[in-house]
Amino acid sequence: MGEVLQAVIARIDPYFLQISVNIGIAIILALGLNVVTGLTGQLSLGHAAFMSIGAFTSALATIKLGLPFSVNLLLAGAISAATGALIGYPILRLAGDYLAICTLGFAEIVKVVFLNLELTNKAFGLSVPPPKSAIPLPIVVWLAALLAIVAVSFIRNSRFGRALMAIRCDEIAAESMGINIARYKVHSFAIGAFLAGVGGGLYAHSLGFINPSDFGFLKSIDILGMIVLGGLGSIPGSVIGAAVLSTAPEFLRFMANYRMLVYGGLLVFLMIFRPNGLMGGVNLKELVRSWRS
Amino acid sequence: MALLKLEHVTIRFGGLVAVHNVTLNVDKGSIHALIGPNGAGKSTIFNLITGIYPPTSGTISFRGRSIAGMPTHRIAALGISRTFQNIRLFSDLSVLDNVLIGAHTRGGWDLTGALMKFAPWVQREEREMRELAFSRLKLVELDHRAADSSGALPYGEQRRLEIARALALCPELLLLDEPAAGMNPQEKLALMEMVERIRADGVTVLLVEHDMKFVMGLSDRIAVLDYGEKIAEGDPCEIRANPQVIEAYLGKAAPFTDAASDNIPVARSAVCW
Repeated sequence: MGEVLQAVIARIDPYFLQISVNIGIAIILALGLNVVTGLTGQLSLGHAAFMSIGAFTSALATIKLGLPFSVNLLLAGAISAATGALIGYPILRLAGDYLAICTLGFAEIVKVVFLNLELTNKAFGLSVPPPKSAIPLPIVVWLAALLAIVAVSFIRNSRFGRALMAIRCDEIAAESMGINIARYKVHSFAIGAFLAGVGGGLYAHSLGFINPSDFGFLKSIDILGMIVLGGLGSIPGSVIGAAVLSTAPEFLRFMANYRMLVYGGLLVFLMIFRPNGLMGGVNLKELVRSWRS
Repeated sequence: MALLKLEHVTIRFGGLVAVHNVTLNVDKGSIHALIGPNGAGKSTIFNLITGIYPPTSGTISFRGRSIAGMPTHRIAALGISRTFQNIRLFSDLSVLDNVLIGAHTRGGWDLTGALMKFAPWVQREEREMRELAFSRLKLVELDHRAADSSGALPYGEQRRLEIARALALCPELLLLDEPAAGMNPQEKLALMEMVERIRADGVTVLLVEHDMKFVMGLSDRIAVLDYGEKIAEGDPCEIRANPQVIEAYLGKAAPFTDAASDNIPVARSAVCW
């Protein structure tokens, strides 16, 4: 089985393979942030910190413990989720801008800790060996992305997801309907952190090298950009946003030095003409129905 | 038997005493109204009952159990639900989703339930919540709008949707904060019938309302607040005749002159709403 898959993967152009892996990881990261910011309405500017916790956990689990990749990724997600719950409990009492600043500060702390830990090789970064897995990494990434899409869509259309959206819309009304706001916020933060952790673990193994500085403020903003571009709260939106923004630097490559300029311009343009994001306010089921009739 | 009991409840915001030493008993199965001029503390009492503010002093008990200082979501789970003076719907969500969120305490499956979407026990719960939601939407005649966005509904329908959402909690006590505000006379009549039906279903109703026709025609008992204190309580007839109430609403009578005394019958009828 493993060898067949290896052979199939070997036939794909490595450049496109790498891009598809990047897209898959970006989808997982974006979906995680979409649960926190899109569904629950809590602006987090520290998503990359959870990604780095997952990345370092997963890298160390491979290097020091030699754990199989699937266990390794779950561990990365779990440790990241536990950190998310721990930090979420006190700071999720804050609203809006204050929460955003706190998550930003938390992300900086995590970065500085990793930059100074002997265990993570300080500022030199860690070189990550290939994962212990019979299934090739790209397929693991695609499967994980698919699972994340399914899980987050299930969450969105459940009693749990409705409680999260109620908190986004009106906290006082949500509370008056018997929703324990603090608990749901912490849960949503932990889910977001779990997905970021898994995404980070995949990122570490796909790149083969991680450095704490890779997971700074800009990375968090990148992920936030994906979900805003796609439309906050929309799952197809997160997928499209992640795909577009993680490949934009590639398809704009022909513009050489101007590409970041064009990239920024595109974002501004989009926010003017579709302020709710590409898929904001679009109901996929309705869309399909209207196409059919 | 009193379902809800407030005893000597006071709340202070800094130097302002918003509610002072209010004692109130709401009997099971009754429609009880709170009236009073603007700023009298009516909505504050709702916020005290639902735990949005803890009282500075005094006790609040529901079904014989003290609820003062309990978090809002737990009070809701005990069976007290409410509507808001300025409508607070989940306006980006559909009409049905709003009522389903109202039914939150009727379900129990959280994250694990969400991830096991197709498990029969989760599906059963979801189906039951949907049935409950649709029955509440039928009660307020909004079932045909279930899929619409709640923010797009006209004002009167938004008010009714709030009631449906509050009823989805299957409350024992329903608090209605100015339910008739901004409604036209026909809508008000329909609303009165609806509140009667809700009471007939066994729900106790406590309401705040400025429309006197509405309050007098519907309530079993009326409590009158002025400057945070309860100045009178009784059935509609007693309240109509109470001089303190008339004074709170219309001000003190001018010293009688002959001309003024000629006008008394007119003035009297004016305060008889």
